[in-house]
Amino acid sequence: MAAGVVRPVADLEPLDAARIKADFPILARPAGGSRLVFLDSAASSQRPTAVGEAIDRYYAEDHANVHRAAYALAERATNAMESGRRRVASFVGGSSAEEIVFTKNATESLNLVARSWGAANLRPGDVVVLSLMEHHANIVPWLQLAESHGVELRWLGLTPEGRLDLSGIDEALDGASLLSITGMSNVLGTVPPVAELAERAHAAGALVCVDACQSAPHTITRVVDLGADFLAFSGHKLCGPTGVGVLWARTELLESMPPFLGGGGMILDVRTDGFTPAAVPHKFEAGTPPIAEIVGLAAAIDYLEDIGLDRIAAHEHMLTEYALETLPARFGDDLTIFGPANAEHRGGIVSFAFADIHPHDLSQVLDTHGVCVRPGHHCAKPLMRVLGVGATARASWYLYNDTDDIDALADALADARSFFAI
Amino acid sequence: MSGLEDLYREIILDHYRSPRNRGELPVPPATRSDGFNPLCGDEIVVYLQLDDPSKGDDALIDDIRIGGQGCSISQSSASMMSAAVKGHTVAEARHLTRAFKAMMSIHEGELGGDGSESELSGDDSGDVGTIALGDLDALKGVVKFPVRIKCATLGWNTLLQGFDETAD
Ligand SMILES: Cc1ncc(COP(=O)(O)O)c(C=O)c1O
Repeated sequence: MAAGVVRPVADLEPLDAARIKADFPILARPAGGSRLVFLDSAASSQRPTAVGEAIDRYYAEDHANVHRAAYALAERATNAMESGRRRVASFVGGSSAEEIVFTKNATESLNLVARSWGAANLRPGDVVVLSLMEHHANIVPWLQLAESHGVELRWLGLTPEGRLDLSGIDEALDGASLLSITGMSNVLGTVPPVAELAERAHAAGALVCVDACQSAPHTITRVVDLGADFLAFSGHKLCGPTGVGVLWARTELLESMPPFLGGGGMILDVRTDGFTPAAVPHKFEAGTPPIAEIVGLAAAIDYLEDIGLDRIAAHEHMLTEYALETLPARFGDDLTIFGPANAEHRGGIVSFAFADIHPHDLSQVLDTHGVCVRPGHHCAKPLMRVLGVGATARASWYLYNDTDDIDALADALADARSFFAI
Repeated sequence: MSGLEDLYREIILDHYRSPRNRGELPVPPATRSDGFNPLCGDEIVVYLQLDDPSKGDDALIDDIRIGGQGCSISQSSASMMSAAVKGHTVAEARHLTRAFKAMMSIHEGELGGDGSESELSGDDSGDVGTIALGDLDALKGVVKFPVRIKCATLGWNTLLQGFDETAD
């Protein structure tokens, strides 16, 4: 079993959804006369009170710029940030804090891999393998490299059901330098067998970059088990603040890579004729880092791990099964769900088409019921072309959602159908 | 249902379900321009057949066809636009576009306002004849839903793009 997710362990204690909801005050706010039914966590999750409190406490007690100062306050700020780095390293099962580079989001992390590792190592004709279900953040940096460095891109396709098509995998990986692949599709919820792919990629001599934006918030991440060489994610999708992202990479890779952005904080020495970069990971962290956001991210990780990512995964799996059962039963042919029809190897993201109502119009009507779903191409236009649609409506859940939320979605869909009276 | 009826007026849904001037024109002699709303993936294609492109703004829009796909607001707005500008001059169509975009933006800074009459007539009409907004007035409700304004103006921006391309 390589997928690394979604097999619920039967004896895990179920989540107490009501208690968890209480940790997220925004969920108690009224929305258009209804309660807020937040089903857009794949775009950005909500934050528990603990995260805001940690950030407030940091600003109230410990804030100064990090590094480069002798006074005690700056040391406390530096400690807060560096303990956040250790926290993130243990969260992904890394072996040392040096493997963690802080960025502003996953997009920047993936650009760092392309611009630094890619530009330094790839020559014209070298191959990067991607899948057709990648987010633009894991496509455009490679397209840019194709333009600037003549890198060849190869694409892993999908089965009709929306799983990764593994039939051409060995040909695709033959002679490749890198496989860069999502840990979970942000449109279909599909969880590709990353560990198995990584094994094959390594056998072919390629490195493996995992876009863990959608997987890290919902499941236990172990870089070694995944076989990742690089792994990227954003804080704001896992209950953390916006403005902080993570790149994990093996230390020797980071050491071999040239700096990405230049400036303060990333140097050892600067002369008029050149500079010497700092050691990793600081070499990749030019300028004042998002210190408070790193503190908030560490608090979010504490929050999630206190609950248990295995329990969170099991809870979401239960919700996915519930949605995949109840929605088609209620709406029949009016509902088309994209992606795998059963919850196996699938996370809590469901994209759908409904009753010939355009997703944009649909989400407008759902909004009047307080139901937040996202319409659009979800930054995955190549995937939209495979699906043959311009846009989908997407509902996604997290630890604070429950079956009532999915029922609320269903009721709102029924109302949209009668509003547009088709 | 909190303002939804203002957004989805019957006439809008009618244009959405039965779009006018839907289709393509042979290029050339017609020109084709493509408009995208990168936020939601909506696409509008405008095919334009002018009587004589060398006449610039005095050229007559002999024919117009709309392609693409998207939400009811973008598609109905483009449909209404095509019906409104067909048979008129480029100058008149530009004028109507300005008036329509003014209607779409006029309340942007004061959302939740009463949506009272905008200054559509008698602004810079000058010597160009004006086309009545007619059905297009039904799109006024869109300004209460700011994220949808770009849907409503997509076809119009694509039309302007088409004029600029025929001018080259
Ligand atoms: C799979 C995937 N990759 C990358 C990203 C980009 O994340 P961010 O916008 O935080 O950089 C997202 C977010 O939508 C995503 O879902």
